[in-house]
Amino acid sequence: MKALTPLLAVLAIIAFVAMAGHAHAGLILLAVFVPYAAFAVFLVGFCYRVARWACVPVPFRIPTTCGQQRSLPWIKPASLDNPSTGWGAFRRMALEVLLFRSLFRNNRARLDDRRLVLGEDRYLWLGALAFHWSLLVILLRHLRLFLQPVPNWLSGMERVDGFFDVATPALYLSDVVILSALVYLTARRVRNPQVRYISLPIDYLGLFLLLGSAASGLLMRFTFRVDVVAIKQFALGLAVFHPIAPRALAPIFLVHLFLVSALAAYFPFSKLMHMGGVFLSPTRNLANNNRRQRHINPWNYPVKTHSYAEWEHEFRDKLIAAKLPIESQDAATITVD
Amino acid sequence: MSDRPLIVAGLTLFVGLVSTPIWHGALNREAAMAALHIKLPAREKQCVAPASYMRTSHMQLLEHWRNEAVRDGQRQFVAFNGKTYDKDPTRTCLTECHTDRKEFCERCHNYAGVSDPNCWNCHNDSHVASEGNS
Amino acid sequence: MPQQLLSIEPHNPEGDWRDAKVEFRKGTMCYAAAPKNLTYLGLPNPRPWQPFDADWKLPPNWKQTILDGMKERLQKYRSFRLFMEICVRCGACADKCHFYIGSGDPKNMPVLRAELMRSVYRRYFTLTGRVLGSLAGARELTEDVIKEWFYYFYQCTECRRCSVFCPYGIDTAEITMMGRELLDLIGCNINWVMEPAANCFRTGNHLGVQPHAFQDSLQFAGDEASEITGLPIDVPINRKGAEVLFVMPSADYFGTPHYYTLLGYLMLFHEIGLDYTLSTFASEGGNFGLFSSHELTKRLNAKIYEEAKRLRVKWILGGECGHMWRVFHQYMGTMNGPADFLEPPVSPITGTRFENARSTRAVHICEFTADLIYHGKLRLNPSRNDHWNVTYHDSCNPSRAMGLLEEPRHILKSVCRKFYEMPENTIREQTFCCGSGAGLGTDENLEMRLRGGFPRANAVKYVREKHGVNLLACICAIDKATLPTLMEYWVPGVEVAGVHELLGNALVMTGEKERITDLRGEDLRGDDLRGEDLRDKNLRGEPLTNEDAAHE
Repeated sequence: MKALTPLLAVLAIIAFVAMAGHAHAGLILLAVFVPYAAFAVFLVGFCYRVARWACVPVPFRIPTTCGQQRSLPWIKPASLDNPSTGWGAFRRMALEVLLFRSLFRNNRARLDDRRLVLGEDRYLWLGALAFHWSLLVILLRHLRLFLQPVPNWLSGMERVDGFFDVATPALYLSDVVILSALVYLTARRVRNPQVRYISLPIDYLGLFLLLGSAASGLLMRFTFRVDVVAIKQFALGLAVFHPIAPRALAPIFLVHLFLVSALAAYFPFSKLMHMGGVFLSPTRNLANNNRRQRHINPWNYPVKTHSYAEWEHEFRDKLIAAKLPIESQDAATITVD
Repeated sequence: MSDRPLIVAGLTLFVGLVSTPIWHGALNREAAMAALHIKLPAREKQCVAPASYMRTSHMQLLEHWRNEAVRDGQRQFVAFNGKTYDKDPTRTCLTECHTDRKEFCERCHNYAGVSDPNCWNCHNDSHVASEGNS
Repeated sequence: MPQQLLSIEPHNPEGDWRDAKVEFRKGTMCYAAAPKNLTYLGLPNPRPWQPFDADWKLPPNWKQTILDGMKERLQKYRSFRLFMEICVRCGACADKCHFYIGSGDPKNMPVLRAELMRSVYRRYFTLTGRVLGSLAGARELTEDVIKEWFYYFYQCTECRRCSVFCPYGIDTAEITMMGRELLDLIGCNINWVMEPAANCFRTGNHLGVQPHAFQDSLQFAGDEASEITGLPIDVPINRKGAEVLFVMPSADYFGTPHYYTLLGYLMLFHEIGLDYTLSTFASEGGNFGLFSSHELTKRLNAKIYEEAKRLRVKWILGGECGHMWRVFHQYMGTMNGPADFLEPPVSPITGTRFENARSTRAVHICEFTADLIYHGKLRLNPSRNDHWNVTYHDSCNPSRAMGLLEEPRHILKSVCRKFYEMPENTIREQTFCCGSGAGLGTDENLEMRLRGGFPRANAVKYVREKHGVNLLACICAIDKATLPTLMEYWVPGVEVAGVHELLGNALVMTGEKERITDLRGEDLRGDDLRGEDLRDKNLRGEPLTNEDAAHE
């Protein structure tokens, strides 16, 4: 089973951290070195990957057009799905990045007694959207541990997220959503025959790291309680590059921290780079104005063609016989002949 | 390529957002480095449970108290060291020890960036507050 | 009619896709390019071989050639590098490919078609692939992998339907194009692409029609149009100083039912008095180079601007063709422009400035005609198309690489009275490919073509059953060449026509004689239903009765 290796890897990480956290040297390694290293790898790696894409030219303007072009003034163009201006392409990208426009189109092809039936299928879209948005909310919410004083908007967001005030401490909506979405996405990868077939072992790694991070975070909040003030002091120490010798960091916190660090460090080496890549996709981020405005290919080079002169030379007799006009001077004498 | 400035701008924005803790910390270095000082009660040295437990789990203790007091009518709490307390934070905790909730409860909640306790949405503590201040 | 229709069964894929063994079976592949064509074009490794041979006679350093070729392209095409790296294998594309739906072969899922190359990319170009190997989905480049590439990159019609649904816009057409370019480097290409390309390079058109034969065939078409309308319809060829150079796919003057579309063009141009010329040198708008490499695309496309410059025309009008318009719209200006020797196109009849074509200076005939109709410049009698219940097949390239959706519909709705759309998930940007594009429309590949065309045919069947549709209109030469076979197999009784054929039927021309037949030479005055019966019988291959013959 393809999911086994990544699952064992994540479990091994957890076991290792839970044990190493007891030794003082282990604690320094896990609580200080690992997060710094992971953050550095993430930031440098991410920028490197994007810069490497940026260095490769886009020789042709190849947007995938998903609606009516802008042509004649009386035909209404689909300015979002087939933008003809940079601003339109910007809005198309915004829709793509914020609302997963393309995934929203998804449908499912099914054969029903020799008939092809295309049914709506928005679950993937919903699962993906739920996962990504709740992840964003959770990441932002974690800023409360890194910022002092805590900005008002952050407190506001926290209040909204915990609005239902279920359980003590309050259960965050985003936590429920991300966990459900991750479980759905994992189950889909395992259960859907097509998706299972195309999945690589490494596809499960990201999922398990995310599931582990979310689960350890929830356990920390509800089961193995931790001293939030101590964690905030520790986090602030990291942020100002003056790490404070942590006062009793619970193993569950170290596990959470390590899983998140592992995810961050793995990020630039993985498909998770789709986060940066989606912005650069030439089928989406370019305006469909090819005939309106010439696109320049920086490496456009001369090629061997068959020129008119060569062509006429080859077919001159036939052109003359057919009384078709010709260019070359010597042809005139042949006509006289 | 014409889109490189855009990519660089986007990347810069991204790095700026991701490193929020760092530049925010640098701008508010004093606040970030300052330890959280909570004024401890003068009269009592020991809370109803060990300090480490109170730091991580006071909300669960309070909820437990409420459930037992309101639903089961059990109003006495026997602490780990054998002392007995009334399960009535307004009259015990907030009157005997933590007389200024702004300085105790809210200060810590603000630091940790969690919502203020919602006890006083229902409970009236104006008499305690005035006694405490006098 | 075959004994039994192809079995199209859904099945759940089993096993590991990285096992690269491919079984080459006749009917599901295209034959190798003949050495003479590669030699003529100066492409590497010309030799006699076939895909079902055990030994493909690859050049000794083939592996290094492929890896060097990949490296070069990774530095030249951002699309290629990006699409190698950001796929998350969400599977949204899986059931969007007509070849996957029709064949059930899991490697026809767009994601896996791309993974065939990504696995090699990871092994040789990424850290995770080198370190983690197969856990990260990396695999060695072997001769079996090359065979697999050949099989599946020539089992993709570059239709871009998957790209519409991909959350990152990953376009399998880009990957297939790269795959075919790489295979070109070691001489693994197909004759159905290379022979037209070689012909086109030499004579100016895919079919290898030489100038005198071009002239004959166009004059014949002119005569036929004259006969139908009773008007003297001239066909100007290689005329310098004309306002417009008209370029069409060569099938329009050599294939059926393309030919009726050509009659439609000629009648339209005569009626509006367009000052235009055809060219024997630029006698092909299509470009099979697109199905081979970017370089060959540019080599074949160069003649269009060269000829427009030589003939001193003001702008270019392009006929009904799918991939021709992919090239005209997305590549021509970049590759062979700027077209500064031309003028921004203006319709001489309506005065409309085609702002959307002001740089490339090439206008699609549907844009041109829709503008004429909108401005009331054409007299139309749509009842002449009453014998057709029409539906419209959006060709892949004009819909997903251009967005030409409403123009042909505006024409169709003006020239015929019975027009019905197919279900919305099968038209416009979600249109299904004919299954024979990108150079795969050869008869040795018939089984795969019929499988790939199944989703399209299925949608036609739906409107045939619901509305009695008997004509599938389209604006692509490959469609016109291959859809008739597809219809005959899956939906007997549906014929295929170009939009301008229907326009030609409906066009009321100044001074024309009463139309007795449509452009196909079929009687217009008879009982329409009767005519339909007849066509059905013809298609079924049933003998005509005396009564039928009398009617004919």
